Amino acid sequence: MNAFLSNLIPLIIAAVAAMIWLGLNALVWVYCERKFAGHIQRRPGPFEVGPHGVLQPLIDGLKLMGKQLLTPDNADAVLYWLAPLLSMLPVLLLFLPIPYGPVLIGMDVNLALLLILAFSSFNGLAVILAGWASNNKWGVLGAARAVSQTVAYEIPLLLTVLTVSFMTGSLSLLDITHMQDGHIGNWFIWKQPLAFIIFIIAMFGETNRAPFDLAEAESELTAGFHTEYSSMGFGLFFMAEYGYMVVMCSVCSVLFLGGFNGPFPGIEGWWWMLIKTYALLTLMVWARWTFPRVRFDQLLNINWKWLLPLATANLLATALIMKL
Amino acid sequence: MGKFKENVIQPLIDCWSLIVGLKITGKYFCKPLVTVHYPRQVIDDENLETYGGHVELIGKPKDPATPKCISCMMCVTNCPSKCLTVVKSKPPKLTAEEEAAMKAAEEAGEKVSKPKAPKNPAKFLYDYSLCSLCGTCIENCPAKSLKFSNNIYWVATSRKEMKIDLLARLKEQATELSAPVPKTEAVSAAAEKEA
Repeated sequence: MNAFLSNLIPLIIAAVAAMIWLGLNALVWVYCERKFAGHIQRRPGPFEVGPHGVLQPLIDGLKLMGKQLLTPDNADAVLYWLAPLLSMLPVLLLFLPIPYGPVLIGMDVNLALLLILAFSSFNGLAVILAGWASNNKWGVLGAARAVSQTVAYEIPLLLTVLTVSFMTGSLSLLDITHMQDGHIGNWFIWKQPLAFIIFIIAMFGETNRAPFDLAEAESELTAGFHTEYSSMGFGLFFMAEYGYMVVMCSVCSVLFLGGFNGPFPGIEGWWWMLIKTYALLTLMVWARWTFPRVRFDQLLNINWKWLLPLATANLLATALIMKL
Repeated sequence: MGKFKENVIQPLIDCWSLIVGLKITGKYFCKPLVTVHYPRQVIDDENLETYGGHVELIGKPKDPATPKCISCMMCVTNCPSKCLTVVKSKPPKLTAEEEAAMKAAEEAGEKVSKPKAPKNPAKFLYDYSLCSLCGTCIENCPAKSLKFSNNIYWVATSRKEMKIDLLARLKEQATELSAPVPKTEAVSAAAEKEA
């Protein structure tokens, strides 16, 4: 009983911390994204609420919470309200095995990568439930598109992750980070440049970010699978999207950029992890406001004709070299 | 070989174009903002010169209160949104004396010409709520009597207020021009801010 409790309490603390961390990240990144977008288009972005609009995301959150929760007529209410929760809750779990420091880790599991990949695909289920239960044809169409996208981009993502775990012989993110200890030359980005690029592209597709934001497609499908969601129903999807972004960027910085290791020995720490993650997040925002949205057939072509063969070839080459 | 180029080389070139795109937006990210925080700041007059606001009349160079307009109705016929109304002036009414004199002259066999209507319009109405600012009226005006104004601050709460008499506006502008200091709305807004 005592051992059980001593395991449970840190886990609860970690879960609460993950919740706070997710909320904080969503809040800050909504603001940062709008500011970045503004500056790319040479306008100020949010400006009115608080100094330089810093309170804008908070006020937006309050507005979302204050709105009425609507269930469409003849919709399957249980599934309808399960979908945003199902989209949101796994994200909290995803933060647990990410190592922010040698000790600063929610839960060091041996199968961390597997856990992250498995639970991040819950998003696909949430999306199809949301679209199906909405009793709305645009919702169903949007869900079908979103699912065919997330399922497709999951495969090259998995294959690139596999290359790294081939090299380290481990699925634990902490082990993978420790394999890259030392100076910048040990980071896997130099050993697996192709995998890094494929991971970045698949990351965009997996998190439904522009230029691959066809799940949303507000101009073609009137917002796709979350057409019918109001207030916090939509808010949860929105927060989940930012949560997935942060998780994917963290995983990318652990796998390829050395995690909490600094570029030179002796200066590692959680701030390096944050710097790398936020640099990747900035890249995502930058790309969103630079590239136009791709067409759906182009999206699937990029995945099946380019990413998948390249990732497979990369994996086979890695396996061959590791064996030799 | 052509297929290889199409299927392998071209995508690589296309990938490079993505980086070029990022470079362009990155450059813009670093440039200063151009948006004006409207109620607190206003655009300076220099930048307003290129602004194409609602349509207005141009006065004659010697008599700025009367428009160059010759009431040819070209603007009205060409306007796709039907937002202009021009009423031609009628010939001046003759007094009884003049009429009698004319009759007498006609009977005497002289060639008499009735006084013609003045060319400048009696009414020139404009409905800004309909106007799409296409500039067709300006292009088609043979007398070059129409132009885009640079009045950026016209706001109204009803459709009625969006209908204005351009002749009256021209008269107002003419008197303003003759005043020593031309007081534009931008200047007054800036003065208000200072106060």
